Order: sequence, then structure tokens, then C-alpha cells
Amino acid sequence: MKSVFVYCEVENQKIAEISQELLSTGKKLATKLGCPLEAMVFGSQLAGIQGQISLYGVDRIFVADDIRLEPYRTLPHSSIATHVLKQEEPQIVLFGATSVGRDLAPRLASALNCGLTADTTILDIGDHFVKKEKKEYKDLLYAIRPAFGGSIMANIINWDQHPQMATVREGVMKKEVFDENYTSEIVEVDVNSIVKDEDFVVKIIERHIVESDVNLKEAPIIVAGGYGVGSRENFERLEELANLIGGEVGGSRAAVDAGFIDHNRQIGQTGTTVRPKLYIAAGISGAIQHTAGMQDASMIISINNDPEAPINSLADYVIHGDLGVVIPKMIKFYKANAK
Amino acid sequence: MRPLKIVVLIKQVPDTRNVGPDAMKPDGTVNRGKLDTVFNPDDLHALELALNLKDRIPGTEVTVMTMGPRRAADIIRDSLYRGADHGIMISDKRFGGADTLATSYTLVRAIQKLPSYDIIMGGRQAIDGDTAQVGPQCAEKLGVPQVTYVEGIISITDDEVVAKRRLSKGVETVSSPLPCLITVHGASPACRSKVAKRIMQYKYARTNSEIRPNDGFIKELHSKRPYLTIPEWGVEDIDADETKIGLSGSPTKVKSVESIVLTANEAKVLSDSDLDIETMIKELIDHHIIG
Repeated sequence: MKSVFVYCEVENQKIAEISQELLSTGKKLATKLGCPLEAMVFGSQLAGIQGQISLYGVDRIFVADDIRLEPYRTLPHSSIATHVLKQEEPQIVLFGATSVGRDLAPRLASALNCGLTADTTILDIGDHFVKKEKKEYKDLLYAIRPAFGGSIMANIINWDQHPQMATVREGVMKKEVFDENYTSEIVEVDVNSIVKDEDFVVKIIERHIVESDVNLKEAPIIVAGGYGVGSRENFERLEELANLIGGEVGGSRAAVDAGFIDHNRQIGQTGTTVRPKLYIAAGISGAIQHTAGMQDASMIISINNDPEAPINSLADYVIHGDLGVVIPKMIKFYKANAK
Repeated sequence: MRPLKIVVLIKQVPDTRNVGPDAMKPDGTVNRGKLDTVFNPDDLHALELALNLKDRIPGTEVTVMTMGPRRAADIIRDSLYRGADHGIMISDKRFGGADTLATSYTLVRAIQKLPSYDIIMGGRQAIDGDTAQVGPQCAEKLGVPQVTYVEGIISITDDEVVAKRRLSKGVETVSSPLPCLITVHGASPACRSKVAKRIMQYKYARTNSEIRPNDGFIKELHSKRPYLTIPEWGVEDIDADETKIGLSGSPTKVKSVESIVLTANEAKVLSDSDLDIETMIKELIDHHIIG
């Protein structure tokens, strides 16, 4: 049975979070299909890298280890991935919807002449009846993604030009270890026999990667502000509340665009997707672009002076009032009551 | 340095940033008629980067190219008003329903009809699909390197471009030989405005299919000033393989769409009184949500 494949991003011997999320999702799909789960990882000094991959239930890992493969560049990665995918003919291939995955996957889709769905948030397996052919296609990938600014969810399928490929948004799928003791077969890819000199014509001159100290995805509590917060100074009140109750501050796209808060704290369709146990939405109206990134929070408190704000329909508590009044009171009563 | 030939791939898109409640039909499909169309924002950034190179390198020519329905000629005129030299419209009913693979095939067939090119540019992604796929797919088909997420061109010589890329977690400066394909990030400078003189010059620029039989004045003007006629290429003009275009050339198909309805919740509605807020805080602490 043809496999499910995951392209794993690696840097400095560390497998990216998104790739671990993909392996977890890939395992579920492979289990439903009754097929193997396979991974490919291309980078430098990768001895022992399987320690971070096998535990997600990966049957085979294709490792391309060469100093020229890190940091990521399009052409060598694309040549090697094309080679592996042509040889292995998987039925499904998954990539992170990151600046690497979104650069690589379309180039591969063009080379393999197959379909690719961008930025999916739900993956499933299902059937489809093609009327024109009067034929039922079994066990296809349902690649489901928001479209039209998040106002619809579209289920995209591809029944005739395989592999079925998709990029998956970061932070949407849950990372779940399958078996700590799972063992994978390692397949070493012979890099020199695949890449050509032309694959290295693009040169990286300088690189600044910021390991973000903001970790919205892991935060149990998020205090998020919208355009209604009004200023950067007012955001400091939200920060005070967040620090007090052990949370992080986030913002809507409108708040980020207005310069109230930094881009790396944006929550929503074009920012980070979060699922904290408590989400406090302050002055956020709740455009679909925003709610798509936070609606899975276990509890939502909406503070808004607009009783009709769409976000109120998601909330567990709706506080009608002015942020300038409500936030200081929350701080005060938390301090008074916390044990 | 030598003048460059730059092609900018542009797209007219529904304005998904302003999706109102009436933009969805009751059956959950998009009511395109209720959405305004706009020049895809990232593509305007790409146009600016191209026009900036034209400012820096005398003799450089910027050609915009779009695939779309007849009305998409609006964004070609818009580009001419801002400083583009030429526009090419790729329009044919048979191109309709194309996914990114079929779109890139079509655009590449058209690009290959041009005598030469040094840089192909486009916005990073279009706001109707947000896929960011067409650029890299065109680069692969043209067999040229791609530099995605570019926010600025640092330097350019006869055979190499140095560009700064904006990544998810940082920035990167790379050099690429020419020809290459560049996709432009919205963090790059905004596009310059339309120029009054150029609006006067190009306001009657039309594709042939836009000219109605009784538009005698425009017809006469076009015969005097051939630069006003925007070339319009169909399937035969670009020698496209019909199995690779439109719906039949698109491996991905939409199985179903579902409109997102926010599910109503039984919310506790509170005022900003001391009592309400203290009660809520106590409940949260008691339920170990906070504290």
C-alpha cells in the first residue's frame, strides 16, 4: 500500500514543531488507510535525527545529510524530494505551511505534475463519486482549508494526479507521540548522485533567524486585544493582566496593523492559531479571520462595549463595558482573591 | 548596466478583506457579485519593485501580464497609469476553473512567447486563495531559480540579483543568477500612485474584446496609436495543450464548501460593575481556570 509522506524541516539538528505536528497527523491518516508513514529530512549533521522522528510512528525515514543542504535552499531540496517521491510514489505528501514548505511544495507539485492544496487546517480520508466517470474513488485525502478570507471552508480533493499534496498551517494539528519505542528503518539518500552544480546557484549571503521568545501556541492563557484597545499604551494594561494570571498577550490583525502590538503576537488566520484554556478578547469584534485562529479555546471571555460584536456568540462570558474600567477591575479582584 | 526585461504577473481578485454578510449565498457558496474586485495587494508591491528597477536602470521595460476574465483589463490599465510599459491579457473561456497548476502552465506558455525576460515577478500570494503557489510553479516550469518572499532588491548586476527575503522567523539575503522568478512580500514598499499624465495617455487602452462595435472613436484612436491596444492571447495564441489548462488541467477540485457559522453559545452576560467582575474572577479561580 502506498505510503503517507511527511517532509520534515530541520535546523541545527532540531526537527521543527510543525513537522512533529505533521507526523502526528500523518500517522492518523496512515492508520486510517492501513499504510506506512514515511518521512524525509534533508539537512546537515543528521546522525541520530531519527530520535526525534521515530516516536511518531514513522516506518521509514529518508535522510539526506550534506553540509550544502542547510540552511534550506529551494533547488537542492526540490531535486532530492522530487527524486525520492518519484521513486517511492506515495499517495499523500504533507508539508508545513511555513516559508520553507510554501516555497518547496509548489515547486515539487509542478515537477511531479500533481495537485497541491495550500494552508489546510483539517485533513481527513474519504470517498468521492465522479459523475462524469461514473466511478467511486475510495480513500482520498480531504484537504480542508479556509478560503475567501476565512468565510468558507473548502474541501479540496484530487482523484487522478497523485500524490495528493497539502501544506498544513502551523499550530493547528496536535502533536501526539505514537510510541516512544517505535523503530524506523533509515534510508540514506545518496545526495551527490541526485544534485547537480546548478542546484546551488542561489547563494545565501546573510541570515538572521530570530528564535521567537513569544510562544502563543503553548500559552495556557491568552489576553488578546483588538483595534478597540486604542493604543500601544493601553496594550500595556492587557500585558499587566496577562503577566499576573500567567498568560501571554496577543492581538488581532487590526491591532497589529495599527501598530499597537508586534506582528509575532498576531492571532488568527494570518497569524498564529491558538487553543488556550482561557482566551480573553478585549476590544475584538471577532472577524472570521480572527476567530478562525482562536475558536478552539476552552473558555472565552469577551470584553466589548458593542453588544452585537460577533465574538460574543463564541464567548462564555460577555462583559459589556469599557476596557479602561474592566481590565483594572479584573487586575484588582484577581489580586484580592487569588490564593 | 544593460536594460532589463521584467514581467510582472498580476491578478484581479475579489476583495476578500471586506467580506460582508451578503457575500455568501444561502447555500453557502460565495456570491462573487457582492464582492468588489481589486488589484491583488501583493502584486502591486511586485509592480513597485519592478518600476523601482526601471528607475534605477535606464531602458528597462516592465510588462504586466494577467490571466482572467475580460474585466481584468482594468488592472492592466491601472499598471500602465502607474508606470508599466506594456500589458498582456490572457483570456479565453477555456482557461476558466484553473487551479494553480493549470494557471502556472498557462502563464508559462505566455511568458515563453515573449522574445526574452530577465526577471519574472509576482506578489507572494493572492488574497482570494492565499496559496502562494503560482510563482514557484512557474519558476519550475521555466527552469529558473525562484526567490520567494522578497521585501527588497539590494543590488543588481548584468547577471545577478541580490535580494532580501522575509521568512517566518527572520530575514535572509540571497543572490540569484538571472533570469529568475521573484515573489514579493507585502512588507516591501507600497506601489507608487497613478500619474495624471499617464492616465491621459492610456485611458483608452483596451483589449480588442472590450471595444464594442459602435465605439468608432476608440477604434480610430487605436489605429492611430497602436500602443493603446492591449494584446489579448487565447489558447491558440500561446499554443497551449488543452488538457493542461482550465478545469481539465487542474488536479485539485472543490468537493464541497461550507460557510462558517459561529455557533451561538450560552454566554453569561455581565456588566462592568464591581460585583459582576469580582464574581466572575472568583468563578474562574474556583474552577482553576486561573490562579
